[in-house]
Amino acid sequence: MFTNIDWDVILRSLPYLFFDGMRFTVTLTLLATAVGIVIGTVLAMLRLSNLPGLSLVAGSYVNLIRSMPLVLVIFWFFFLVPYIGQWVTGGSRPIQVGAFWSALVTFTLFEAAYFCEIMRAGIQSIPRGQVQAGQALGMSYATTMGYIILPQAFRNMVPVLLTQTIILFQDTSLVYVISVTDFLGAASKIAQRDGRLVEMYLFAAIIYFVISLAASRGVRRLQHRIAIIH
Amino acid sequence: MITISNVSKWYGKVQVLNKCTTKIAKGEVVVVCGPSGSGKSTLIKCVNGLEPFEEGKIVVDGISVGDPKTKLPKLRARIGMVFQHFELFPHLSVIRNLSLAQIKVLGRDAAAAVENGMRLLDRVGLREHATKFPGQLSGGQQQRVAIARALAMDPIAMLFDEPTSALDPEMIKEVLDVMVALAKDGMTMIVVTHEMGFARQVANRVVFMDKGDIVEDAPTAEFFATPRSERAQMFLSKILHN
Repeated sequence: MFTNIDWDVILRSLPYLFFDGMRFTVTLTLLATAVGIVIGTVLAMLRLSNLPGLSLVAGSYVNLIRSMPLVLVIFWFFFLVPYIGQWVTGGSRPIQVGAFWSALVTFTLFEAAYFCEIMRAGIQSIPRGQVQAGQALGMSYATTMGYIILPQAFRNMVPVLLTQTIILFQDTSLVYVISVTDFLGAASKIAQRDGRLVEMYLFAAIIYFVISLAASRGVRRLQHRIAIIH
Repeated sequence: MITISNVSKWYGKVQVLNKCTTKIAKGEVVVVCGPSGSGKSTLIKCVNGLEPFEEGKIVVDGISVGDPKTKLPKLRARIGMVFQHFELFPHLSVIRNLSLAQIKVLGRDAAAAVENGMRLLDRVGLREHATKFPGQLSGGQQQRVAIARALAMDPIAMLFDEPTSALDPEMIKEVLDVMVALAKDGMTMIVVTHEMGFARQVANRVVFMDKGDIVEDAPTAEFFATPRSERAQMFLSKILHN
């Protein structure tokens, strides 16, 4: 098996692997993280609010998403959203969303549920007295949240949020089920085409490992720099 | 200026305030004392609406606190509050702690808010700490910043919720000194505290609470010389003993 290893196949396919595959992986990871954190924070505030209807809706959404495998959600979105779109708009054909947008929306909404739980824990970690101090100064709910609670909650949770992002970075490889080419997908295609399974999958594993490790080291360093002095 | 009439409050089935009635005139300093769990903190948190109450009426400067139509944030902006655990915003510098609400609530421009903040830091003797973060200050310093933060809103009255209870003994005096100066400047103050020395020095009246009742409400000298109720006598003998 290892007798005729051809490392050259990696060199030859580098531009494809990184400019096509990795670019997609990183784009999807960053966009889904950024938008997911925003939506997740809103969901967390709704869950913690004392508006019974909204709190229930947000809670049910989060629980539903978190109890489903990601692959299933990707499938659902990819195959179902065109038909839902058709039903909503009343068109004669399913709405074409495209694999990229379908993947982006799926990952964003999926991760939002996880980011919601992280931000909820973050908000709850801030002592109640901080809310009262904001209120006592005459601040509105929005000002208290925006300037007092969320900045502290966010800073406390940055390590957990970024760790979730690293998991997301690895999970993006699941887009293969809807035939989108991410980094792993690109490596896989070359491997199949040239019959170089060992080289390509080994290389892909190393790249995922190096990036994830570097990122988690970065998180630790960042954690020290932004910590609030107590 | 502050009228509390027949205020009752329950946590579930437990009654924590029972028909509390008292009045605080402009410029008056009232000390509220009593054993822990007697409802002192709850009562003053009702005054600025941080705690809701089920029965009775509280009127501050002509505005009814319990009225659903009252815009509580607007009212709270005019009543300063100092907490037992300071509750400075740990992620913001000292001067930002003082200027944030001035800017966001009162709509002052940033330069004016900072200038006013620096003036008040001067007053509590902490000007040189303006750019530090709360966590870099001692407890006493943090509480003085918290007082300055409340004063920065130009309040018509100040509420103190056990302002020295979380402090090491050697830091209590620096906070009390600031409060005494404030009282002598004519600030209307309600102070929940066990510092009977402070009460003797500046309070016009002492309100003694026990189990949700206002048991005594007397001029300071009278309260200390001849407490009428047995519960107040017992409380005083315990607290003045040490």
